[in-house]
Amino acid sequence: MMGIPGNWRLRKQRYQLAGTRCQNCNQIHFPPRQVCPACKNRQLEDFRLSGRGTVYSYTIIYQSTPKFEFFVPYVVALIDLEEGPRITAQLTDVDPDQVEIGMPVEMVLRKISEQGERGLIHYGYKFRPRIR
Amino acid sequence: MAEILIPDRPVGIVGYGAYIPRYRLPAREIARLWRGTQDAEVLPIDQKSVPGPDEDTITMAIEAAENALSRAAVSPEKIRAVWIGSESHPYAVKPSGTIVAQALGITPNVSTADFEFACKAGTEAMQAGFGFVGSKMADYVLAIAMDTAQGRPGDALEYTAAAGGAAFVIGLAENSLAVLEGSFSYVTDTPDFFRRAHQLYPEHGHRFTGEPAYFHHITHAARKLMEGLNTRPRDYAAVVFHQPNTKFPLKVAKMLGFREEQVRTGLLAPFIGNTYAGASPLGLTAVLDEARPEDRILVVSFGSGAGSDAMSFRVTEAILERRERAPLTRVYIQRAKIIDYATYAKWRNKIVMH
Amino acid sequence: MRPVAIVGIGQTPVREHWDAGLRELAVQAVWQALDECQIDTVDVFYVGNMLSGTLTGQEHLATLIAEYAGLTGVEAIKAEAACGSGAAAFRQAVLAVASGAAEVALAVGVEKLTETSTHKTTDGLASAADADYETAMGISFVALNALLMRRYMYEYRYHKSDFSAFIEIAHRNAVHNPNAMFRHLVNRDQYERAKMVADPVNLLDSSPIADGASAVVVTSIDQLKRFPNRPIWVAACEVSTDTIALDNRENPLWLKAAERSVHKAFKTSGLTHRDIQLFELHDAFSIMSALSLEGSGFAERGTAVRLANEGHFAIDGRLPISTFGGLKARGHPVGATGLYQIVEATLQLRGQAPEAIQVPDARIAMTQNIGGSGATIITTILTRERL
Repeated sequence: MMGIPGNWRLRKQRYQLAGTRCQNCNQIHFPPRQVCPACKNRQLEDFRLSGRGTVYSYTIIYQSTPKFEFFVPYVVALIDLEEGPRITAQLTDVDPDQVEIGMPVEMVLRKISEQGERGLIHYGYKFRPRIR
Repeated sequence: MAEILIPDRPVGIVGYGAYIPRYRLPAREIARLWRGTQDAEVLPIDQKSVPGPDEDTITMAIEAAENALSRAAVSPEKIRAVWIGSESHPYAVKPSGTIVAQALGITPNVSTADFEFACKAGTEAMQAGFGFVGSKMADYVLAIAMDTAQGRPGDALEYTAAAGGAAFVIGLAENSLAVLEGSFSYVTDTPDFFRRAHQLYPEHGHRFTGEPAYFHHITHAARKLMEGLNTRPRDYAAVVFHQPNTKFPLKVAKMLGFREEQVRTGLLAPFIGNTYAGASPLGLTAVLDEARPEDRILVVSFGSGAGSDAMSFRVTEAILERRERAPLTRVYIQRAKIIDYATYAKWRNKIVMH
Repeated sequence: MRPVAIVGIGQTPVREHWDAGLRELAVQAVWQALDECQIDTVDVFYVGNMLSGTLTGQEHLATLIAEYAGLTGVEAIKAEAACGSGAAAFRQAVLAVASGAAEVALAVGVEKLTETSTHKTTDGLASAADADYETAMGISFVALNALLMRRYMYEYRYHKSDFSAFIEIAHRNAVHNPNAMFRHLVNRDQYERAKMVADPVNLLDSSPIADGASAVVVTSIDQLKRFPNRPIWVAACEVSTDTIALDNRENPLWLKAAERSVHKAFKTSGLTHRDIQLFELHDAFSIMSALSLEGSGFAERGTAVRLANEGHFAIDGRLPISTFGGLKARGHPVGATGLYQIVEATLQLRGQAPEAIQVPDARIAMTQNIGGSGATIITTILTRERL
């Protein structure tokens, strides 16, 4: 539902996994925060995540929201990133029956969705079995 | 006679990276659909690469460029131009380059543009990069050749129209893993293949795409460059030609006096098809993966419409360490998952859903 | 704060109500509750609803319903906390009376999920999650529960079919509830063969998309003599929140908001786990039953599914759950669900439940309404006697 400004605003998060790190307690956050959830400190610095992680859990979606109908069946996972945060993202370049909890994955940039044939294409992070 | 192209200051390839999507559609699967069970005709390739449903020229360009930047070990903000050659830019208006540059952390102090010249759009971007660095306007340029080509269902091109490509960080010769010795571009108005605006699939001149188009332009560009450099086919460890199928590059090699062994390393068409703008640049990455210092490499692209860019490189010691910093081209070739025509039809938007 | 009691309840059957819109459903439930109380107005009016704007283009809902219920002039506000909207509206009504700001308050939950295509409803329900970081990545609401279920099965070594126990309990109870949507039994074999929605969550793990409305009138201890019904006391109604996105929780299998709201509810009421005789939990998905029981302290971590299979949560078990069929079989008109739970617990405590599902001598009941994947949890304790 998000419009052009919203997607534009999120481009660093979507393209580069731009998060934050608390200058007080060093907790790393994704998505980026204005207030550290661990210590309530508001002095946070930009922190870019490496995009390497492992699968914490996953699901194979057969009935999607309308925007993702074209892609079914597809896999969405919770991924534990090396630096600490856990992230929700699709897995790509993988057969659903190959996915397992604990599988090492890496971030790739892919088309996530589009606003119809005439609208903007939304690019963002997905994860695939590690090859790099 | 025109002189060959050599920049003011010596330049070369500082880093290279390949990308090929995971999926493959076998030619026999396409033949099953359109030709039934008859197997009399020889198929032009074994299989072609197909982009996943979430891939396009932009996403593929980003991965190839990440690989090139890893090999170059150049920080992204030093790149002063991102030029992408493709016939399948996702937007008709809105540059692929801005998205790629943003994703790679290159923005905002950078020039970007999308190049189009059928299958030689990628080598055009490289040529421009050599000029930009060679003229001292910039120290580093990212030139990308990438395509997700479409052939009309049932057409001969459907067997080969594939997806993939390569990216190159172009910089000074002293930092390069392959130094540019010279290049030459040769262009005429020859309408062998074209796609009108708003059309999904290209038209082509069948056998007219051969002799007056592919063979004429490649042989002229290659001969002019070798004359200018005073080199001969036997001076090259490897040669890469545009490869719309398996047959054409082998035939043109023979016409120019190259042996088949010189062509084989960079001949990827049998395994992945014709990656259009990506084809000869991707062949070059496969050659660099195997190259030894001091090797000479000749690359000759061909783009319909029509023209050829010929480029001669000499490999340096830097290749040995740098090629290990990113996946080799064969890693992507071997990462192959065979799909059927139904899956291909769905992913390539040949099923009407709305 | 003054003691508050429930003196009137109303509910429509949970159905695909093709012939009734939001206002008709709500008015039906509101007037059932008012009629029980023999009153024709209230001091304040709260509406629990999640998707009226998204699915029917109607916001400003509470004022609309007040008007059509004949209550024009009464303060009317909508409370929204995703699937927890019903109990959120109830809590507002309780607070209004407890604080002395109002003497008689009405809470109605209403939802109309069948107004558009299933696709649009799926889209709407997904809006309970983080739009930028969950929904935008292709997650559906079912998928969030599937991520939890997969991890739960992995950590505690359960087989998918083990979850059938929760489904069987809900359907067995719903047979006796005339307002339930699914009044038929489901067996393990049917469960195992059900179509996957988001693997491992199948169609039978999921509560159905439905329409319905339910209403509750609460009043203060000072006003009780005006009302004919036996009062059911609100011993506690407590809310706690957790991160919106599942991925931001240290242990997604532990519903911290359940733990905290239950803890607060016990603190407020002075009761303990042992006192609770029945638990109307939020079984929107079978995994949520397990996580709710564990987070609320009725089962050790990883044991709820085993206990369900051993019969602990059946109508004649140690702690009956979903006694009227729960979200699973009564149906889940999302913004109304929290108030259905309270209406059903009230019926249990009044001794008015259908015989087969009446918990014997029910004196103390707990309800728990969950918004999102556990981000808002509202735990209510109702009692027959004033504590």
